[in-house]
Amino acid sequence: MTTTQRPVAEGLFTWPPAAAPLRLIGSECRVCGLVSFPAAATCVRCASDESKERLLADRGTLWTYTTQNFRPPSPPYDGPEAFEPYAVGYIELPGELLIEARLTEPDPDKLRIGQTMLLTLVPYTVRDDGTEIVTFAFAPVEESTHAEQEAS
Amino acid sequence: MTEAVIIGVGLHPFGRFPGKPALDMGADAVRLALTDAGVNWPQIQGGYIGSYEVANPDAIVGRLGLTGVPLRGVFNGCATAGTAVALAARAIETGEHDLTIAIGLDKHPRGAFAADPSVAGIPSWYGQTGLFLTTHFFGMKINRYMHEHGISHETLARVASKNFRNAARNEKAWRRTPLSPEEILASPVLNYPLRQFMYCGPNEGAAAIVMCRADQAHKYTGKPVRVRSTALRSRRLGAFEVQSPSFPVGEPVDSPSVDASRAAYESAGIGPEDVDVAQLQDTDAGSEIIHMAENGLCKDGEQERLITEGATEIGGRLPVNTDGGLLGNGEPIGASGLRQIHEIVLQLRGAAGARQIPGTPRVGYTHLYGAPGASAVTILST
Ligand SMILES: [Zn+2]
Repeated sequence: MTTTQRPVAEGLFTWPPAAAPLRLIGSECRVCGLVSFPAAATCVRCASDESKERLLADRGTLWTYTTQNFRPPSPPYDGPEAFEPYAVGYIELPGELLIEARLTEPDPDKLRIGQTMLLTLVPYTVRDDGTEIVTFAFAPVEESTHAEQEAS
Repeated sequence: MTEAVIIGVGLHPFGRFPGKPALDMGADAVRLALTDAGVNWPQIQGGYIGSYEVANPDAIVGRLGLTGVPLRGVFNGCATAGTAVALAARAIETGEHDLTIAIGLDKHPRGAFAADPSVAGIPSWYGQTGLFLTTHFFGMKINRYMHEHGISHETLARVASKNFRNAARNEKAWRRTPLSPEEILASPVLNYPLRQFMYCGPNEGAAAIVMCRADQAHKYTGKPVRVRSTALRSRRLGAFEVQSPSFPVGEPVDSPSVDASRAAYESAGIGPEDVDVAQLQDTDAGSEIIHMAENGLCKDGEQERLITEGATEIGGRLPVNTDGGLLGNGEPIGASGLRQIHEIVLQLRGAAGARQIPGTPRVGYTHLYGAPGASAVTILST
């Protein structure tokens, strides 16, 4: 059995996954350098309409977080009827921006402000025809793994 | 420039009123405010009216009298009522009208607001994937704030408990059952660290404020309340605001509450140390804590001690949300800020009954904050 996957929106992250390393697709103002996500045609700092695509860092630190313990109103939410609590947070991508995202770890006791987070994809819902709809999320990086990578 | 003073306030209870249209609640609030001011509807020369749910809130004239009065609809999210008051005051200050009214009314269904993200200029995927919830922002902002400034979960619960206790003394409040901090901490987490009884709910209600020129106040009342300043600010780039898929890195940028607060103090010539009673946007218990500092009423982190000591209680040094705030009253968006002003006016008149703060309060302060990052501050005095 094969499962079809589709991104929740075009132009949000690199797709398909096999083609290139996973990155979020942002933009950068050609005039003042402001980084935006999602990609923005106009700059909210200098009002320029000249921007270029910028693939954002896939690793950052958790700036803050919360949990979602009740099913959000539908619409706009189109996750499964059987609701599983999830967490959301802002991840600071150094020198770029802070990004709001789902977190793969739903337990607030296992999340910590300042911990290292890595970009990933999660199938957050399934359509009637079996298609999985995929969105971006950040996953905590084990501290030990992180320390080893820093050391290497 | 002429100064605007408040001569009448009217409040329809906040809660749920099946079968009663928002316009009827608004008309009731207007009649109460007119009676309080001792004026008739045909004397009102102009006004501003705000609502989220009612498409044409100015249709209220059909219930009050078709006098031809210019009644302008205003909407500014949770800052709607602050905007209505500011404009009604401005109409007097500039000499356009001698007698004005600010009205707010709303009737929201149960549960969290379910809006279309595109209306807020936000992409669809943000709502589809479960990120488009204002409650996320409140959970994340207080979580970060607790981490940086040493605020405890118990302090969150104390704030909610205080506001329910105050609401119990307010016959027009919605949530009038006192809850202990322990009961609040035992309620389910909705958005960590915020629990069910730490959030306000959308509901129904209306309020109205009648104002006149200061030099004519003696015709109506012996206790006019002066509108010393009103200020409204929207978010600046870099501030951490509700409904932001991302925001820039770098030095922290002040919230619009800080900006509006500073502008209001400066324009009033009144400092935070002069404030005797305050009404702060307590969408949730964490917001009240953060807004104490953002409005200059304490330093970041001082809240832990102040709240433990009872400084924000009705008998404390700086009473906050004496009528129960949003936690006790719920939030009919268009009316909420006028409910705050209604309470400050009662307190400054010494007419707040069972919840009257002791002494002779001179200065009152109100503050609103809402999506997508707008704050309104009003400073009132005797
Ligand atoms: Zn720019």
